[in-house]
Amino acid sequence: MRAVITVVGKDTVGILSGVSDICAKNNINIIEVSQSILQELFCMIMLVDMEKSSVPFADFSDSLKALGKEKNLQIHTMQEDVFNAMHHV
Amino acid sequence: MINTRDILETIQMIENENLDIRTVTMGISLLDCCCDDIDRSCQKVYDKITRLAERLVPEVDTIEKEYGIPIINKRIAVTPVAMLTAASGGDPVKYAKTLQRVADTVGVNFIGGYSALVQKGFSAGDEALINSIPEALACTQNLCSSVNIGSTKTGINMDAVAEMGSVIRKCAELTKDDNCIGAAKLVVFCNAPEDNPFMAGAFHGPGEPECVINVGVSGPGVVRAALAKIPDANITEVADTVKKTAFKITRMGQLVASQAAERLGVPFGIVDLSLAPTPAVGDSVAHILEEMGLESCGAHGTTACLALLNDAVKKGGTMASSHVGGLSGAFIPVSEDAGMIDAARSGCLTIEKLEAMTSVCSVGLDMIVIPGDTPADVISAIIADEAAIGMVNSKTTAVRLIPAIGVKEGEELNFGGLLGSGPVMKVNTASPAKFISRGGRIPAPLQSLKN
Repeated sequence: MRAVITVVGKDTVGILSGVSDICAKNNINIIEVSQSILQELFCMIMLVDMEKSSVPFADFSDSLKALGKEKNLQIHTMQEDVFNAMHHV
Repeated sequence: MINTRDILETIQMIENENLDIRTVTMGISLLDCCCDDIDRSCQKVYDKITRLAERLVPEVDTIEKEYGIPIINKRIAVTPVAMLTAASGGDPVKYAKTLQRVADTVGVNFIGGYSALVQKGFSAGDEALINSIPEALACTQNLCSSVNIGSTKTGINMDAVAEMGSVIRKCAELTKDDNCIGAAKLVVFCNAPEDNPFMAGAFHGPGEPECVINVGVSGPGVVRAALAKIPDANITEVADTVKKTAFKITRMGQLVASQAAERLGVPFGIVDLSLAPTPAVGDSVAHILEEMGLESCGAHGTTACLALLNDAVKKGGTMASSHVGGLSGAFIPVSEDAGMIDAARSGCLTIEKLEAMTSVCSVGLDMIVIPGDTPADVISAIIADEAAIGMVNSKTTAVRLIPAIGVKEGEELNFGGLLGSGPVMKVNTASPAKFISRGGRIPAPLQSLKN
């Protein structure tokens, strides 16, 4: 199963490392990262492989959400299927 | 990788435009629970539903987490209880209390199916159930009731129409200390769909399989936001934009439905392609109509805008789902829609205009607060008018009116939660008493003779 993590918020030091740290701790492999800064708004999209994850999806998503709260960022973790279903026929 | 813009669009829809799955509803047949002793029958009902729906809430919660899509309600729809009453006899309120116990045990938001199908006449169990509705809804919190009083194929059962006027009044009277909430949990249908996941009208029709998962989507805020991006587009482009947006919304519903069905080991039934509003700001069907260019919902032009919206939602949604059903279309429940509430308060939206709107949208006169002294025969006549629209146009229509007992015109009822709040709306009270008291049946229209 693959998931998409999106991070949106004010650019600060250590956003990428914070997210990738949580992935590494849970044995989740990062497949692709894209990031951009639009008018000081940091926007990162990360595609990860959950196949060998050591934690259930909900716990992983909760820990990212907690990081978002701490750093004042909006972090969403969703299964990749949602985007494929919505945007591809 | 998936297009960044697509990803951000989805996040935006969920985060800022109130995109959600309104309900995952499990339909359960109770026909094998019928027996000649009502207490045994109730026990069988309790055992069967709690067994089949045991994992409904936790599994749907997991899907919500994994897919990051808010799923607002988990519900159960059961075989019309009048059918059980036909076999068991006894006081149907016992079934109502059993279903409430089920809702408490499995943790669903609503359980629907305290229903009777009497479009052509009453059979055993039907009258007992209909007469018990006020008490059943007053002594339960999560139970919903519906009665189908007409169809295109059968015409309209005017005896049932007459009866439902006073049943609605009694529902409100018995719950007058709680915002007359009883009446908000009762809907009177013409052409009731048997696979509807939405309350208060959900029941599990006799032609349905043993157990099934139906999903109702939502998303008026998303459609409005999409239209806000094309303020100067012509109406063709408006319709196209609604269609594309409805497609995306419904695809999400289809995904959730198929996931829920797979995880629960239950067949997938249908996705109901609906624009279901909530009282939250930014989640209003009325605001979509206003975005199309009306000063206020209820203005002349409202019916045309709603017809376009309803049709485009269906066209976009149909391709997105493998099976479509239920009510499918735009809902216009007054108390559940911030824009409708404002339009009703200002006097721009009247019951007569709402009646016209129901001829082109998916349901009917829904969640309308009427004066507490409205006579039962006037309520019956409103039902008859609405049923006639449904019967002649081969579409579902419904009436969910809340007589505001002890509340004056200009004041409001506040139901809380998804049911919202609404001002008491003016009703034309010129008497239809003679017409309603005649009884009998309105014959099926020519449209029924399609064979």
